[in-house]
Amino acid sequence: MSKGFDVRRQTGFNTIALTCFVLLYLPIILLVAYSFNAGDSIAIWEGFSWRWYVSAWENEQVQEATLRSVILACSSSLVATSAAVLAALATTRTKPWRGQTLVFAMVNQPLMVPEIVTAVALLIVFAAVKQATGYTGLLYLVLAHSAFCIPFAYMPVRARLQGMDLDLERAAADLYGSPVQVFRRITLPQLWPGILAGAMLAFVISLDDVVITEFVKSAGQDTLPTYMLGQIRRVITPEINAISTALLAISILMVITFFFLNRTRK
Amino acid sequence: MIEIEGITKTFGEGASAFTALDDVSITIQSNEFFTLLGPSGCGKTTLLRTIAGFLDPTRGKLALDGEDLLSRPPYQRPVNTVFQSYALFPHMTVAENIAFGLEMLKKPKAQIKATVDEMLDLVQMAPMADRKTAQISGGQQQRVALARALAPRPKVLLLDEPLSALDFKLRKEMQLELKRLQHETGITFVFVTHDQEEALTMSDRIAVMNLGTIRQIGGPRDIYDHPAERFVADFIGDTNFLQAELLDTTGEAARIRLGSGAETTARAAPGGPGAGGQVTVAVRPEHAAITGAGGALLPGTLQEVVYFGTDTHYHVDLDCGGRFVVRVQNQPGHMQPREVGARVGIDFAAGIGQVLKD
Repeated sequence: MSKGFDVRRQTGFNTIALTCFVLLYLPIILLVAYSFNAGDSIAIWEGFSWRWYVSAWENEQVQEATLRSVILACSSSLVATSAAVLAALATTRTKPWRGQTLVFAMVNQPLMVPEIVTAVALLIVFAAVKQATGYTGLLYLVLAHSAFCIPFAYMPVRARLQGMDLDLERAAADLYGSPVQVFRRITLPQLWPGILAGAMLAFVISLDDVVITEFVKSAGQDTLPTYMLGQIRRVITPEINAISTALLAISILMVITFFFLNRTRK
Repeated sequence: MIEIEGITKTFGEGASAFTALDDVSITIQSNEFFTLLGPSGCGKTTLLRTIAGFLDPTRGKLALDGEDLLSRPPYQRPVNTVFQSYALFPHMTVAENIAFGLEMLKKPKAQIKATVDEMLDLVQMAPMADRKTAQISGGQQQRVALARALAPRPKVLLLDEPLSALDFKLRKEMQLELKRLQHETGITFVFVTHDQEEALTMSDRIAVMNLGTIRQIGGPRDIYDHPAERFVADFIGDTNFLQAELLDTTGEAARIRLGSGAETTARAAPGGPGAGGQVTVAVRPEHAAITGAGGALLPGTLQEVVYFGTDTHYHVDLDCGGRFVVRVQNQPGHMQPREVGARVGIDFAAGIGQVLKD
């Protein structure tokens, strides 16, 4: 081992690292632990039980909100990923054009504009549209979610396209592949891990969103997060912990799935 | 036949503009093994990519067998490329890679299979047909890249430094292999390299390039024995440069007076400098002999003797100024021991020296 500067040997390194990890994970561990509480409190342990999972599972409002969340996350990640792939192709596979940087900035706008601003803006616009058309369905939420999911889907796709050896596409064109054939046979198969990563990221971001959903949703259109927010305003039971733990498990599962998908494809 | 006429390629605009190709004209014959040779940045790869269609030239004409190529996209040119990076498709097997071009040309399935098998045999990769390209060695990848480019039977095969990633021994093997393939297939090969030895070994003709221009075109012997200018003489092989006075020229023969006062004849390319001026004469180290000082063309003092196994290099400081290197092949029993510091002479036959244009 080199005897040069090593951050791990600095005084207090272990303490700081440990503090950070505790602050990060202790609340989550507590949340997960109390989801198995037999009692009605989220702070006093009364023994192990599955009762809050059962109760959440049988709660019709939770069922409805979960279904809505999943439908919303699926459709908006699909829309966002499709748009992101097209945007990524346009910003990496064309000759540099005027305004390319501007487009790049605009695609990533949702990352920079405060969410609350987007939420208020959408509320105003959608309110007008709702009044004019009379339509109050889920489409508003799908549109809103798609919009703020685009940069999350865009980034891994773009990274993948930029990391790809351009000679592969040149070679395919050289071997008589038309632009469409080159995309289908060479670019797309190599892009899949990036597209999947983008779609999964978009899915999780959509599933998790509170601010924009809260502003845009019509009456009776609670998603899981907004339902949980509503519950916390009234009375807190470990049922909230159980739902949170389930959401956490889904996220971890997706990360693991993606990790293995990406590894076997290389 | 490829006709390249006045091709110019400029990158960028205004003050930062860079001319990668400057009015390049070459005619490459059918079935020829033609090499573009030059240092990196000389424009050889740019020219190759222009023929393939990956780059549009700023000016100029490009035709293959009388048909204009510039108006066609890469996928409509009967030209295939072997890339320096091989650019094998990583998500396909060896056989699928080779079949790709044929599939794009919509050949019948049976014919594709037959051609792929034939190509696999040709490059001796049949046992590896179902491997993914990441599972084979560099030399094997190189052969697959070659087979993939040859499979659609292009009129022209473009090779962009395809051997540069291979180790020395494998490179030597592949040089002969490529030459054999070119003979067997009868396809025109346009080969890009910065390795002068590779160019001399394989080519029918060589175009030496520098700074986006063609400096000389000719057969390997022609280029090596009769370099037209200092850059070519210097880039290909080792050369001694001598200052001399050009007395007169008759055809290709030039009478010159060397710095030592001795007179001899040298070759002068047409279009070279006229009589009466100072010129530079190039002499290859192995074309000269080392003798005693008396009566030699160039007397001098032996400064260094370097043994190379196959041959020995004698570094001589000339009395008339400058250093001259003589290369003598080592023959058993013929070793003439010469002491450093000894008086020696350098001789070369009439017509051996080459009068350079610059």
